[in-house]
Amino acid sequence: MMLDGTEDEEKFLAAGIAGLQQNSFYMHRALDSNNLRDALKYSAQMLSELRTSKLSPHKYYELYMRAFDQLRKLEMFFEEETRRGCSIIDLYELVQHAGNILPRLYLLCTVGSVYIKSKEAPAKDVLKDLVEMCRGIQHPVRGLFLRSYLSQVSRDKLPDIGSEYEGDADTVADAVEFVLQNFTEMNKLWVRMQHQGPAREKEKREKERSELRDLVGKNLHVLSQIEGVDLDMYKDAVLPRVLEQVVNCKDELAQFYLMDCIIQVFPDEYHLQTLDVLLGAYPQLQASVDIKTVLSQLMERLSNYAASSAEVLPEFLQVEAFSKLSNAIGKVIEAQPDMPTVGVVTLYSSLLTFTLHVHPDRLDYADQVLGACVKKLSGKGKIEDNKATKQIVALLSAPLEKYNDVMTALKLSNYPRVMEYLDIPTTKVMATVIIQSIMKNGTHISTSEKVDALFGLIKGLIKDSDGVPKDELDEDDFKEEQNSVARLIQMLYNEDPEEMFKIIDTVRKHILTGGPSRLPFTVPPLVFSSLKLVRQLQGQEENPFGDDASVTPKKIFQLLNQTIETLSGVLAPELALQLYLQCAEAANDCDLEPVAYEFFTQAYILYEEEISDSRAQVTAIHLIIGTLQRMHVFGVENRDTLTHKATGYSAKLLKKPDQCRAVYACSHLFWVDDHDNMKDGERVLLCLKRALRIANAAQQMSNAARGNTGSVMLFIEILNKYLYFFEKGNLQVTVAAIQGLIELIMNEMQSDTTTSDPAADAFLASTMRYIEFQKQKGGTVGEKYEALKVSHAG
Amino acid sequence: MVLVLALGDLHIPHRAPDLPAKFKSMLVPGKIQHIICTGNLCVKEIHDYLKTLCPDLHITRGEYDEETKYPETKTLTIGQFKLGLCHGHQVIPWGDLDSLAMLQRQLDVDILVTGHTHQFTAYKHEGGVVINPGSATGAYSSITYDVNPSFVLMDIDGLRVVVYVYELIDGEVKVDKIDFKKTSTSHSAH
Repeated sequence: MMLDGTEDEEKFLAAGIAGLQQNSFYMHRALDSNNLRDALKYSAQMLSELRTSKLSPHKYYELYMRAFDQLRKLEMFFEEETRRGCSIIDLYELVQHAGNILPRLYLLCTVGSVYIKSKEAPAKDVLKDLVEMCRGIQHPVRGLFLRSYLSQVSRDKLPDIGSEYEGDADTVADAVEFVLQNFTEMNKLWVRMQHQGPAREKEKREKERSELRDLVGKNLHVLSQIEGVDLDMYKDAVLPRVLEQVVNCKDELAQFYLMDCIIQVFPDEYHLQTLDVLLGAYPQLQASVDIKTVLSQLMERLSNYAASSAEVLPEFLQVEAFSKLSNAIGKVIEAQPDMPTVGVVTLYSSLLTFTLHVHPDRLDYADQVLGACVKKLSGKGKIEDNKATKQIVALLSAPLEKYNDVMTALKLSNYPRVMEYLDIPTTKVMATVIIQSIMKNGTHISTSEKVDALFGLIKGLIKDSDGVPKDELDEDDFKEEQNSVARLIQMLYNEDPEEMFKIIDTVRKHILTGGPSRLPFTVPPLVFSSLKLVRQLQGQEENPFGDDASVTPKKIFQLLNQTIETLSGVLAPELALQLYLQCAEAANDCDLEPVAYEFFTQAYILYEEEISDSRAQVTAIHLIIGTLQRMHVFGVENRDTLTHKATGYSAKLLKKPDQCRAVYACSHLFWVDDHDNMKDGERVLLCLKRALRIANAAQQMSNAARGNTGSVMLFIEILNKYLYFFEKGNLQVTVAAIQGLIELIMNEMQSDTTTSDPAADAFLASTMRYIEFQKQKGGTVGEKYEALKVSHAG
Repeated sequence: MVLVLALGDLHIPHRAPDLPAKFKSMLVPGKIQHIICTGNLCVKEIHDYLKTLCPDLHITRGEYDEETKYPETKTLTIGQFKLGLCHGHQVIPWGDLDSLAMLQRQLDVDILVTGHTHQFTAYKHEGGVVINPGSATGAYSSITYDVNPSFVLMDIDGLRVVVYVYELIDGEVKVDKIDFKKTSTSHSAH
C-alpha cells in the first residue's frame, strides 16, 4: 500500500468530499423539484464515495459525517413524500434498486427510519430486517460506520416501554434484541479489523482501531438508555449476551474496552446485583487484558456508590459484595500467574478502599485483604518495582486516611507483614506517613503494647537495617526524619504513671537500638517525657506498703541516668550535660539529695573530660551555676564541694572576660534569697574581688596586646553586682568599696590610654541613673543609697 | 504603628511536638513587622516557619538551639524604642528581675526581652520594660511548673507601646494587655 500515507490520504479525502458535494448538489436540486427518481440516483452516487478503502478510520469518519448530514435532509424529504401520498412500502422497495450494496443499505436505513415512524409496519419487523440486511457489508470500517448509522437513526424509534412504538407485538425485548444484535455484529467487525492489511502495520492499525471503539460502545450506551431495561432484564437478557460476546471475541483491546464500558454505562446498583455474573467473566478474559485496571475501576465505582448514601449499604451486605470481590481477585490473580506485582497490589489496594468504604466497622475484612496481599507477595522478596511500592504505600495509607487514627491500623495484624515487603527507602516513607497521620490527628498512643507495635512499624526510622549499607541520606533529610521521631515521642502518653513508665521503658528499648547518629535526637524527648512523669509523681506520697512494682521518681531517675549516659559516649556531651542538670533539678524538687548529687557529678565529669570547646564551656558553666544556684537539697558538705568546683571551673575558662563574668556569677551561689542559711556575705565578696582581679588582669593583657581596652565594661558589670548585693543587705559590700570602684571606673575612662567605648559610656550612665533613681525612691533602699556620694561622670 | 511578635522557648521537638494549632491559626504572614525570638526553637524547621510569618527575624541563642551561630545578645531599634534580646540562661539567678535589670542597663535598652524561665512576665522597671514572653509551646521547665503556652505581641506607636500577652489556658486563648509610655527624656549615651 502507500507508504507516504498521510499526504495521499488527504488527496483521497479531498476527492471523496468533492464527489460527495457534487452529487449532493444534484440531489438537492432533485429534492427541490420533487424528483424522487433523480434524488435516489444522486444520493446513491453520493453514498458511493463511502465505498472507498483508501482512507484511515479517522478520515473516513470525516467523509461519513458529511454524508450523514445529507442523509438527514433526504430523510425529511422521504417523510414529505409519504405525506404527499407516496407509499412508504413502495419507497422501501424502490431504494433497493440502487446498484451498489453500500449506498443501497444506507438508503434502506434512511427509509426504514421513516417506515417505522409511519407505523405501517411493526417497528420490530423493520428493525429486524435492517439489522439482518446490514450483514451484507463485511468490510470492517464500512460495516462499522453503516451500523453506526443504523444505530443512530433507530435509537429514538425503539419499542421501549412508554415509547410510541411500543405495541402488543412490539416489546422492549425486541428493542433489546435489535441493539444486542447490532452490537454483536459491530464488535465482530471491529475485532476482525485487526486482520485487514499487512502484519507490519499492525500497531498502526490497532491504534486506528482503538479510535473506533466508541462506535461499538455506543450500543451499550443505547442499551443503558432503554427505559424498559430494568434490573431483571439486565440480569437475564442484556448482561449475559454482552459478556458472551466480550468473552468469545477473544480480543484484548475489545475485552478491556468493553468491560470498562459496561461498568461505566450501567447503573452501580445493577453491577452490585449482578456481581456474580460480571466477576465470573474476568477470569475468562485473555491473559493479556489489563484486568487490574478494569476491576479496580469497578471497585472504585462501587466504593463511591457506597459512600453516596448510607441507604445503599444494606444492598452490599445482602449480595455479600466483599467476599465476591475478594474471591474474584483471587481467581484473577491465579488465572494470570504473570501478573506483575504492581497489578496484584493495585487490586488489593482497590479492594481495601472498597471495604473501608462499605464496611468501616469490619476491621477483620481490611485485615483479610492485607493478609491476602501478603500471601500473594510472599516469596517475592523486597519489592523493587517503583510503581508497585507506590501502590503498597497507597494500600497502607488507606486505613490511616479512613480512620484518621493510627490505632486502628495497629489493630490490623497483617499491616506490619505487608510492610516487610517494602524496600528501605519506602519503609521510611511509610513510617513518615504514619507519624504525620498521628501528628495531624493529634492521636495519643496510650499503652506500651501499642507503642511497641508502633515502633515496629516505623523501625525504618529507628535503626539501621541489618545487612544494608549505611544509607546515603543527606544530613538535612536525616535530621528531619529523626526530628519527626522526636515529635512522635511527645504523643505517647498515659495519665496512669504505671503505664506511662512502661511506655517510657518501651520507647527507651527501641531508641537505644538507633546508634550514635540517632540518639541525640531521640534521647532528649524521652528524658523530658520522663521528667514530666517525675513531676506528676512528685507530690504523691510514697506507697506505704512499699510495693516494689510501683513506679517511683527514684526508679525513673535510675532509668534516666542510664539513658543519658548513652549520649555522653556519642559526641553529644554538651547535650548530655544539659540533661543531667535538668535531672538534678528535678531530683532537687523531689528531695532526693544523693540522686541530685549523682547527676551533678555526671555533669561535672562531662565538663572536665568531654567539653573542650571554649564557647561550649562558657554555656555549660552558666548552666551549672544557674542550676546549682537553685538547688536547696544539698547539705553543707555536698554544697561546698559543688560550689567550690564550679568557681574553680569558672576561673579556668580560656578568655579573661568569660572568666570574670563566670566568677561574679558564682557570687550568687553564696547568696540565695529566701534561704537564710545560704547567705554568706563574705564569700560573695570574695567572688566579686576575684572577678575584679581578673578584670584587672584582662585590662593589662589587652593593654599590652592591643593598646586599648574593652575591660571597662567588666568593671561596670562588677559595679552593678556590688550594687546588687549592697541593696540585698550584704554587709560585706560597703559604701566605701562601691565608691572606690566608681572612682576606679571614672579614672579608667578618662585615662589617655583608653579609647572611648560608647557602650561602656552608656552602661555607666545608665548605672549612675539607676543609683540616682534608687536614691529618690526613698524608704530603706533610698536611705542606703543616700550614703553613696558620687560625682557625675562627664 | 508597628507590630512586633516576641516569643521563645519552643523546645521543638525535645519537649513539644509543635506550636499549638490555635496559635498557628492566629499567626498569619503579613501582619507582623518584626519577630524577636529569645531562642530554644530548637530546630531549623521552626526558624523557617517564623521566617514565613515575617522575614525580619531576630534570634538569640538558647542552650538547646541546634543553630550555634545565633548571638548571645542582640539590640535593635524599632521606632522610638531600643529593644534588647537575650535568651537568659546567662543571667544568674535565672529570671531574677534585678539581674535582668542590670542586663537592661548594660545593653542600654528601653525594652528587654528574655526567656528561659517559661514564665510570662512583664515588669515596668526604671522607666523601661522587662518582658519574658514565656514558652510558646508551654514546654516543660525545671524552673516553672504548669506552663501555659504564651507569646507576646507588642504594638509600638510613637512613644507608646502596648504589650499584648496571649496565653492558652485549657484550650482557650486569653489576652491581656499592658500599656507602657516612654518619657521623652530618653536616656541615650552622653
